[in-house]
Amino acid sequence: MVEFISTHLGTFVFLMHVYVFILAIFVGFELITKVPPTLHTPLMSGSNAISGITIVGALLSAGLKEFTISTIFGLVAVIFAMINVVGGFLVTDRMLKMFKKK
Amino acid sequence: MFIAIELTYLISSILFIFGIKFLGSPKTARKGNLYAAIGMFLAIAATLLDQNVLTFEWIIIGIIIGSLIGTILAVKVPMTGMPQMVGMLNGFGGGASALVALAEYYKINPNYPVEKGLPFILPIDQGAAIILSLLIGGVTFTGSMIAFGKLQGLVTGKVVKYPLQHPLNLLLLLGVLAGGVYVVLNPSATNIVLLITFVSLLLGVLLVLPIGGADMPVAISLLNSYSGIAGSTTGFVLGNNELIIAGALVGASGIILTLIMCRGMNRSLMNVVLGGWASAGSGGAASESTAVKGDVKAIDSEELAMLLDSVGSVVIVPGYGMAVAQAQHAVRDLVNLLEKKGVKVRFAIHPVAGRMPGHMNVLLAEAQVSYDKLYAMEDINDDFPSTDVVIVIGANDVVNPAARHDQNSPIFGMPILNVDYAKTVIINKRSLNVGYAGIENELFFYPNSLMYFGDAKDAITKLTNELKNL
Repeated sequence: MVEFISTHLGTFVFLMHVYVFILAIFVGFELITKVPPTLHTPLMSGSNAISGITIVGALLSAGLKEFTISTIFGLVAVIFAMINVVGGFLVTDRMLKMFKKK
Repeated sequence: MFIAIELTYLISSILFIFGIKFLGSPKTARKGNLYAAIGMFLAIAATLLDQNVLTFEWIIIGIIIGSLIGTILAVKVPMTGMPQMVGMLNGFGGGASALVALAEYYKINPNYPVEKGLPFILPIDQGAAIILSLLIGGVTFTGSMIAFGKLQGLVTGKVVKYPLQHPLNLLLLLGVLAGGVYVVLNPSATNIVLLITFVSLLLGVLLVLPIGGADMPVAISLLNSYSGIAGSTTGFVLGNNELIIAGALVGASGIILTLIMCRGMNRSLMNVVLGGWASAGSGGAASESTAVKGDVKAIDSEELAMLLDSVGSVVIVPGYGMAVAQAQHAVRDLVNLLEKKGVKVRFAIHPVAGRMPGHMNVLLAEAQVSYDKLYAMEDINDDFPSTDVVIVIGANDVVNPAARHDQNSPIFGMPILNVDYAKTVIINKRSLNVGYAGIENELFFYPNSLMYFGDAKDAITKLTNELKNL
């Protein structure tokens, strides 16, 4: 059994990621179908900022021990992802501040 | 440390889920956005503790530059510019995913001095994830930049046609996929990887260029979804669950908004993606055959003020014209004055009004119109027969009654606001020109319709002044 798992470890890990992906899509559908049309724009910019989570991968490349071509891609990716994250959250907050009921 | 980092990623994922959940109600939305931002902060902090992150100078430079640009963009953008802002941010997210995929490819490529002397082993799943990240991230990047250009007026907002459009795009897509299979089997084919990147970028341009201005709500939603899916595929490249979860949430959100937008136009996703409303019907010919003959009655600001002075209920229908003229504040002043005179005023918002989902709601929120006065189409459509006056400001196709009864109309079947059932319909427009669908609006010729010509901002301001003087 131990031997079986160790030879197929990559496959197990991959399948676990597929599970997580599919379940997360279901969670996403459940959450978003309830959002009223009034909030569609902030929802889009807010979720957009969340897609800047790629920053994790960008940091892993920009912080390599040695400077390589991957560092360059990583650096540009950090800049792009940070624009997405910071711009997205700030502009969403700016919009949401205005939504008031009198 | 490994477990601490993974647990932080888990907490961060949970914060994202709660963040999106709270974004679902105006009362909790700000809190939701804050939760998501905290989740992002935790994810970044955890990553910096990763044992593979060993140097920080490039990271610090990147974070400072990116944060600075992001802050400036977020603070400076006017509310009317929100569609292009979101379009551009989508692009940066997708671009970052594609770049991370490239970086990872070079990291494990022994031809580049990261892990020297190792044979190039690229597991099939990781190879496929890299290729998909390049494809989806690349398309999202250039596609969003074209969408940004169209919304900003830098690229034509018209439907752009080029020869062999669909066969060409299909060929390019199949080429990327075939190249991807080749790379997975022969990982050291660096040139093919670069070619895939280039073709994906080209594909983004070619796919979004044909999409016309009023179809932008669909395009922006779809690109939003892509940016999320690109995040997920990057998660598969890195083997990181948080990226997979966050990307899937955003991907699902974008798809739902896309479908809502498509339903609002009674069109299939394919029809929008393949470009152009005119291509759906018979284009220019349709506009002539459905041309309505009859008299158009115009009204000036003084007469209109007198009419509004004595009514009980008004519904305002805003459209893209209100955004273009930046008339939201002028409209708010008119609403306040009418309410002071005891008139019941509400807004009817068509799902695809403007250039992105919820565009009108943001503009009216900026002008401090209370959000409980804004009604979605299905919530107000039955109230039009009992409404005294409807004021249509810069909207056209979404109030065209031909969508209900004229089977030859290209917009037949599209859900519309039934403004023609109201006692009087005032249409504020600069001219009698056709709307985006390229067809005449028979509403303008109805006996209960009155045209109030002029730029939305000037015309509404003038009307408010006249009304004050009564």
